[in-house]
Amino acid sequence: MQVPILKQGQYLIATIQSALSDADLVQLRDGIVLQVGKLRSRGVIIDVTALDVMDSFATRTLRDIAQMIRLRGAETVIVGIQPEVAFSLVQLGLNLAGVATALDLEEGLAFLDRQIKGAGGEAHSRGARGLQKE
Amino acid sequence: MTTASVQARNTPTTHTTSELLRQLVAHLRQNRTQLREEWARRITEAKLLTVMGQEEIFAEATAVYDNYVEALESGTFEALQAYARNLSERIIPRGVETDEVIGIVLLLRDVLARSLFAKHQTDFALLNRILDAYEPAANRIANTVAVGFVQERERVIREQQEAIRVLSTPVLQVRERLLILPIIGVIDPQRARQLTEQLLQGIRTNRAKVVVIDITGVPVMDATVANHLVQTVEAARLLGATVIITGLSPEIAQTLVTIGVDLGKMNTVGDLQGGIEEAERALGYRVVQLPDTAHAS
Repeated sequence: MQVPILKQGQYLIATIQSALSDADLVQLRDGIVLQVGKLRSRGVIIDVTALDVMDSFATRTLRDIAQMIRLRGAETVIVGIQPEVAFSLVQLGLNLAGVATALDLEEGLAFLDRQIKGAGGEAHSRGARGLQKE
Repeated sequence: MTTASVQARNTPTTHTTSELLRQLVAHLRQNRTQLREEWARRITEAKLLTVMGQEEIFAEATAVYDNYVEALESGTFEALQAYARNLSERIIPRGVETDEVIGIVLLLRDVLARSLFAKHQTDFALLNRILDAYEPAANRIANTVAVGFVQERERVIREQQEAIRVLSTPVLQVRERLLILPIIGVIDPQRARQLTEQLLQGIRTNRAKVVVIDITGVPVMDATVANHLVQTVEAARLLGATVIITGLSPEIAQTLVTIGVDLGKMNTVGDLQGGIEEAERALGYRVVQLPDTAHAS
């Protein structure tokens, strides 16, 4: 199943809606990394709320995406990791080191806003603000 | 079951047994008042069921007696079992002990056996046969009641353990998006697991950004549990929350160093007050004492 990648102001939002095969994950990775340059996005949010299992490949792919996005000049935040998933990831030693995480989409947007403000981005993220108000 | 079918299927011996039991039941029905009183008197004499009043004992004795006779007559124990469970439910919270319950059932058995002795003292052979019929049934009844009581007690104990476990790890919100988790007492692996579960759920439901775990009340911690704590901190980070641990005792500090925890990941502050202050700073709160209330208390 393909993951939709939505543009929201300066950000890209990818919401994973069901368990993904390895091929889907690779497709997601390539898609996001391509889009982030094409649309000149400043941040990427990957929402994994719907996932109740995350394996080592998924975790590694998410980490890869975060690192590749950073190289492309944007920030990534992973949101909505379920409590059980979080604990089993840590138990397996897959702790997503160096990847920003947030509770949910709202928190993720707030995090990116702060990041971009901190980095001195003069253009305020109108899109994200709008979404928060809704 | 009709009498005819009993006769048709049963051997003469068992037929006699059921015949004898019927006689026995008739005898118990006849002497209901007297035997009941005798039993209640023996219970009081033996100083059993001291938490109950005289009248209450008599009322319960009546109910048990009737159920007892019923079970002897029908040979089915479901009604008695249900009654025993119901009775246990009522008397366990009042502190009635297992030995008291077994004691009263055995007393009833004795009282009834004695009345049989008295009735049939002239015909020893018949007495023997009646006792042969009576004893297995009576033992089974005593067994049913005692087991019912013990099972009920175990159920109560299990429920209480569960309640204690839930109460033992409260997750409390002190400010918007700030949770505290005071831990008191020894943490075993099972409690550690439950603690993690409650904390992570708490972070989600309260949308917490900072959590202060206070372990002042934890005397010792083994390596497994310490490791679990570190994993909990990591998992909380994946949910977007920062964890501050406060009140580490020297022994626990030593354990953490011995198992080689990456201290860069662990945010620790000396005491709970310091931890909450640190958390407030992280959340952007500033607590100010108003000048005119400085001497109020």
